[in-house]
Amino acid sequence: MTDWCPGAQQEALRARASLLASVRAFFAERGVLEVETPLLCSRGITDPAIEPLLARGGFSLGTNIRYLQTSPEYAMKRLLAAGSGPIYQVCKAFRDGEAGSRHNPEFTLLEWYRPGMNQHQLMAEVAALVCACLGERPWQALSYRELFQRSIGVDPFADTLASLQRSARERVDVGDLSGDRDLWLDLLLTHCIEPWLAQQGLCFVYDYPPSQAALARLGERDGYVVGERFELYVDGIELANGYHELGDPTEQRARFEEDNRRRHARNQEQRPLDERLLAALAAGLPDCSGVALGVDRLLMLATGETDIRRLLSFPWDRS
Amino acid sequence: MANFSTSEFKPGLKVMFEGDPCSILENEFVKPGKGQAFNRVRLRNLRSGRVWERTFKSGESLEGADVVDRTMQYLYNDGEFWYFMEPDTFEQHQADAKAVGDAYLWLKDQDNCEVTLYNGSPLAVTPANFVELDIVETDPGLKGDTAQGGTKPAKLSTGAVVKVPLFVTIGEVVRVDTRTGEYQNRVSK
Repeated sequence: MTDWCPGAQQEALRARASLLASVRAFFAERGVLEVETPLLCSRGITDPAIEPLLARGGFSLGTNIRYLQTSPEYAMKRLLAAGSGPIYQVCKAFRDGEAGSRHNPEFTLLEWYRPGMNQHQLMAEVAALVCACLGERPWQALSYRELFQRSIGVDPFADTLASLQRSARERVDVGDLSGDRDLWLDLLLTHCIEPWLAQQGLCFVYDYPPSQAALARLGERDGYVVGERFELYVDGIELANGYHELGDPTEQRARFEEDNRRRHARNQEQRPLDERLLAALAAGLPDCSGVALGVDRLLMLATGETDIRRLLSFPWDRS
Repeated sequence: MANFSTSEFKPGLKVMFEGDPCSILENEFVKPGKGQAFNRVRLRNLRSGRVWERTFKSGESLEGADVVDRTMQYLYNDGEFWYFMEPDTFEQHQADAKAVGDAYLWLKDQDNCEVTLYNGSPLAVTPANFVELDIVETDPGLKGDTAQGGTKPAKLSTGAVVKVPLFVTIGEVVRVDTRTGEYQNRVSK
């Protein structure tokens, strides 16, 4: 039996330790408080594209189940609503079924929140952190719409569903795949635009279609409603996802319920809403932006390693 | 056969796809930051040999294909079919020209080769990586030629034509790499 051995070499372990030290120094210098929140949560995420892993059984749980967190977002927002000020966390997060050269079902997230910042101010801080870890390099920011127009000549807001499908089918063999606008946009982004982004160095994408706003506020640009959400790509690798955070509890409840409707339509289990988060929003979330960054992927960029499994002490099949 | 979902697609897995048995070569999980996850899969159609890339929604599944690779002994060709025998059960299988493909160029009686069975019938034949065959036709060797120098075509007992060094003569046995069709060396009888 040889699979007792680590998946990562000693050098990779050292690179991870050094990266985490840089991250903590970055936030200490900026007066952002490090916090911890529970990994086992009584409420699971409603997002239909993310499935949590479950914990069952045992004396503490009884007949209840708990969800291994898919991100620390809800708990951190409750801290913010209670007056924590700027906070960050380095923690494990878990997503069922996500495994590959850039995914492991258990991975390390860096998540932080900045009261008083909008998405553009937070993007600048994300760029500063990434440069502190990878070395100085230029960065750019494109709106989601500009990104599609420039890379593949598709308008993700104005083009019809039929035209998006045609654009995708011209480029990718998908058989009789069917789905809504977001599916075709996601297909174009992952299959046709990511290779283009691989040539763009450090590139933010912001102002997503409102259907992909997730937990971001809505705004308006050039007559289109947008979600004030951003993603960071570095050499084509998706590294971070941020929001100008939605603070309105009524709107948040409506989005959770819409998620559950979509889950129901796809034969996925519906999830009870996180009433504690909704109560915290009702008590008042400070105007803030927040971002989650994949630490293992940042380490891939720092070391030049192309397979996440060689950077994890024990990847999923050896854990 | 069992169904396999995209997360179970591993290189070497045999699945039914659009009516044909296929072998999975690569499977890449791709997902935008938020939203739909996909699996980008490279497949080989085992009937046609075609290799291509198809994207599936993560979680979709395909039926497994009853495809197994067996080492068998090549027996003979009757003009229409090629016959192979399983060494442990002595069970014989007949393969048509489509299944044998170009492999006939390297099949010598009693040699072992890989036969891919689909629902129990030969679908493809893969010769051993190296085979030893008699030269039946080639121009006379030139005196004085040794390891250096050019090559000439030589016809082997199976009908295959390979390039051999000038010093090799009719009746000699040569070792050939069947993957490239390249001469390796002479074999002393």
